[in-house]
Formats: sequence, structure tokens, C-alpha cells
Amino acid sequence: MPETLPKVAERDESALVAEAKAGSYEAFDALVNRYEQKIYRLGLNITGNAEDAEDVLQEAFLKAFQKLPTFREDSRFYTWLVRIAVNEGLMKLRKRRSDKSVPMDDTVNDEGEVMPREFADWKPNPEQQLTQAELREILQKAIASLPPILRVVFSLRDVEHLSTEETAEALDLTVPAVKARLFRARLRLREELSKVFKKGTPS
Amino acid sequence: MKCQRCLQELSEYLDRNLDGGLRQEIEAHLEKCHHCEVVFDTTRRTIEFYCEGEIFELPPRVSARLHEALRRKCGTNA
Repeated sequence: MPETLPKVAERDESALVAEAKAGSYEAFDALVNRYEQKIYRLGLNITGNAEDAEDVLQEAFLKAFQKLPTFREDSRFYTWLVRIAVNEGLMKLRKRRSDKSVPMDDTVNDEGEVMPREFADWKPNPEQQLTQAELREILQKAIASLPPILRVVFSLRDVEHLSTEETAEALDLTVPAVKARLFRARLRLREELSKVFKKGTPS
Repeated sequence: MKCQRCLQELSEYLDRNLDGGLRQEIEAHLEKCHHCEVVFDTTRRTIEFYCEGEIFELPPRVSARLHEALRRKCGTNA
């Protein structure tokens, strides 16, 4: 019995990348399908704004297509794409902010102590009293309150599930620097969410 | 184990990167320290909230526009 070729959507990623590099738009489109959701979410988490997230999404894939011939395949396609998207997202932020200060490195003092301030327990299932839209707003507001570098590290590690090493690679940071920033990001988000979710707050 | 030492390991503990000895020390501390237990538990829940990816869904309209823009700029007439 002759074997049938798998559909584009099911094809192995390195094969898709090779075909896309050779100029197949169909293969590139399959890669877009695979990652558009993740890149949109990443753009949303970095910029905190749906309109900017849409621009980040388009620009990232457009640049990826243009730069594809230079992709050396020494990392996963996704990690390479994430690096492009993060740069687009940070550029958006810089454009939006008049102070132009969106540094990637020196806003966080790693020597400083990070200590929790809020020790109140949370309600058992605070999300059950909220609509999906309300919960989304709370989560977005909390992440938007973080400095950009913490937002980006948290998004890559805890939302997109990149490994610590992949995150370090995508952001040109060391592994300890990624870990320190992730720790800070998690603690600060926890403090933000505690304001809304701790016992005794109105629901 | 002191609270400060315990909290330092929060992230690595949640990521399951700690060896058995340190892990057990932390768990023993959490058993008797309510403050640290709350911080560990609510941090874990914080991460879980953001893991639920469908919260930030890509609207179909945005996806359609992306594919259209890419087809125009990169694609053939397909």
C-alpha cells in the first residue's frame, strides 16, 4: 500500500522550516498556524495592549519570513521566533513611552532583597466569582505593573513554557539572571493578585 | 530553616529543581510556618492563573488579518 504524505499541519517542524527556507509559503503558513496563538499572547503580555499585540504578531512573522534564510537552525524555530517577537514588543513599548526608557538589563537590582509583604491567604477559588473577562483584566493589569524585563521573563517561562536555558538564549541573559528575574516577577505578581484575591476583599 | 532562607528557594522549589534534602527541609518548614506556606501556595496559584492559556485567546479576526497580510507580502497568489 502506498504511503500518503502527512498533511502540512502534521509535518515535522524541521522539514517545514527547510521547505519554508526553500521558498514554500505553504510551509511557512503552517508554521504561522502553529505559533500565532503563542506569539499573540506574548505580544499582549509584553505590551499590555491588544492593538500593539496585533502589530507585534504581524511584524514578528513578517520579519521571520524575511530573515528565514539567515536562520541557522542551531536553536528551535520557536525560540528564534520568540526572540524576534520580544524585540518587536519592546520596540512598541519604547515608541509608546515618551521617556523612551525600556531597558532590558539594568532596571533590576539583583543584589536587592525581594521579600513578600502580603501574608494573607487567598479565597479558595476567587476566579469562580469573576467572569472570564474580569479575570483577564485582573491578570493583564497585574502583569502590566511589572517592569518590562520581568514581564518578558515571566511570559516566556511561566506562560509560554520555554526552559530557563531557552529564555536565556532568547533574551541574551545568563541562566542565573533569568532565574533571579523570574523569582522577582513571580513574587511581584503574587503581591498584585493578593490585593484582589486575599480573604476579606469584596468579590 | 529560617523564613528568609526558605523564601529564597521558592522559585526553584516550585520548578522542582531542588534535591531531596533541601526539598524536605523546606517542606518541614512549611508545615510549621503559616506565613511561608501562604507565600508558597499563593505564588503557585499565581503561576497557575497565567498557565491557563485560553485566557488570552487569539481572536479569529486577528488571525485572519495576519494570514491575509502575510499572503500579500510574502506569498504567491495561492
